[in-house]
Amino acid sequence: MPKLSTLFRLGVFLVLLAFLLQPQWFEPLLRPLVQANAPVIYNQGSLLQLTLLHLRTVAIAVSAAAMVALALAILVTRESGAEFLPLSRSLVNIGQTFPPVAVLALAVPIFGFGEKPTLIALFLYGLLPIFENALTGLTTLPPSVMEAARGAGMTGGQRLLKVELPLAMPVILAGIRLSVVISLATATIGSTVAAKTLGEVIIAGLQSNNLAFVVQGGLIVATLAVLLHDGLQAAERKLAARMGR
Amino acid sequence: MRQLRFDKLGAIIAALALGGAFIAPFATFRANRIVAGEAKTIVESLPQPWSAAVLLVILVGVLVAAMRSPAILRLVAAFAALAVLALGIGVAASHLTPEGNTYARVSPASGFWVMLFAFGLLAADALTRLRPAPFMRIVVLVAVLAFVGMLLLSGTWDGLSILREYASRVDTFWAEARKHVTLALGSLVAATIVGIPLGILCHRVARLRDGLLGVLNAIQTIPSIALFGILIAPLGWIAANVPGAATIGIRGIGVAPAFVALFLYSLLPVVANTVVGLAGVPRDANDAARGIGMTDWQRLVGIEFPLAFPVILTGIRIVLVQNIGLATIAALIGGGGFGVFVFQGVGQTAMDLVLLGAVPTVVLAFAAAIVLDAVIEMATPNTRQAEAA
Repeated sequence: MPKLSTLFRLGVFLVLLAFLLQPQWFEPLLRPLVQANAPVIYNQGSLLQLTLLHLRTVAIAVSAAAMVALALAILVTRESGAEFLPLSRSLVNIGQTFPPVAVLALAVPIFGFGEKPTLIALFLYGLLPIFENALTGLTTLPPSVMEAARGAGMTGGQRLLKVELPLAMPVILAGIRLSVVISLATATIGSTVAAKTLGEVIIAGLQSNNLAFVVQGGLIVATLAVLLHDGLQAAERKLAARMGR
Repeated sequence: MRQLRFDKLGAIIAALALGGAFIAPFATFRANRIVAGEAKTIVESLPQPWSAAVLLVILVGVLVAAMRSPAILRLVAAFAALAVLALGIGVAASHLTPEGNTYARVSPASGFWVMLFAFGLLAADALTRLRPAPFMRIVVLVAVLAFVGMLLLSGTWDGLSILREYASRVDTFWAEARKHVTLALGSLVAATIVGIPLGILCHRVARLRDGLLGVLNAIQTIPSIALFGILIAPLGWIAANVPGAATIGIRGIGVAPAFVALFLYSLLPVVANTVVGLAGVPRDANDAARGIGMTDWQRLVGIEFPLAFPVILTGIRIVLVQNIGLATIAALIGGGGFGVFVFQGVGQTAMDLVLLGAVPTVVLAFAAAIVLDAVIEMATPNTRQAEAA
């Protein structure tokens, strides 16, 4: 029997879907937020299309970030890369003090306007939490397990694939979840550099003083973020349970 | 062959620095603010003997980086190279700009940034290896900031385009700076005043803990621009309908929604860390306190809170760095701050203006992180420090 909270999330998802497919159904709810003749539902593009573009940007950036971050984390936790480990730790700390907006704005002169600087900023910023968590996961494995794997005659590659990565996976996934949530938010700001994301709706609302636009854009992004966060967390738990942890 | 061993990381840094010095351009010259620029190499952009001196210091830095050398030597070489780069770009600006021309713009080009990054890496690596005590880290930070301040005051950088942008908006710059700091710090103070008692309450009442932390977690996942936007509606309503609200500055657009949003984001780290900190107080300490007849309140103030303090401070550090970054977004809803320059610059494709907003934000966040990290380390008793390491 599904839990009440799961049913609640399913309900939220259905409402979101309904809003994206048939926004005019919700017009009466948003009507009080605008002046008499102003449009209530965003009219310069389809909300569904913007949502899909938003999600696509996040998906591309985060999957690239996950691959690179994981590769780097594996590299610096091998013996041959040990020289880089202390520095990479401090770099992650330094990198996280950079505000996402600054990263985004600084990517513009190099990559021009549009989707590219947004993808680059999301990629760079998304690297950090995944890398940090992968490092934590790969450096805090129980020594007894590593010892046993060595004793069983596993090679370095086998140990990595069959012991280290599976054991570190829950922590790595938590990093990816964090990265997804941050990217969803940062992609919104991407609209200030002309990327096609849901931020466009919010910014159009702020510029034309149309509160209904701001609220519908904001609510869609917020709902997406909360649903994705919870969904990924549930997936992590399932995985952890399957591995008997 | 023991003397001549290469350092892996150092070799990468050396390659980057050499590429930055000899392949990529050092400075960009533009006839005015928005036209495309001409790239200039180090030799082209600096008068003799400056170019020779800059190249010499960089080459020495490259050698020190590539070879295995003591960390302190690497640090000195890195700081020397960084200082020479900082001085050099200022000299390049005044050298390249024709006498009396106020339209021309000189800005650092890719080679400069690559070298800055390379030697910054070298400095970071050396500092990581040296593991300076918390107090020393603050001293280094202050020294670096003093050097930058000196360059700014002496006018060495006045010819640079970012300072040209600054010169034409001195008053707004400091007004926005004040707003930025007020937003970031004010919301932090409010969140601390509200968050710590909430955390203590959550520690004592388990049922409240799960509910409240759940809600605060959900708020944290809402993208900033969305939360800022959503808050416009209720605050606008309050301003219109609650007598007196508008006169104390509550408005739908502007500082109020930005402040409330930052406050809401700040609550989770403060409350969660208070709970974690209190939960980590050793049972023995509490039992001993009870044994000598301390009341609940005495125990909280005398035992639990001091022991939990470093963890709470960690929460405050997270909030401060996060708030300094997020406050840039406030500009989108008319809340001011350094974001004003960032978004104006993006709108006008004026990169220097973007930098004028982004650089102080990054410096502020960076300095706040270093200072608070040092304070946390100083506040942490040695036994726990050993545990954490």
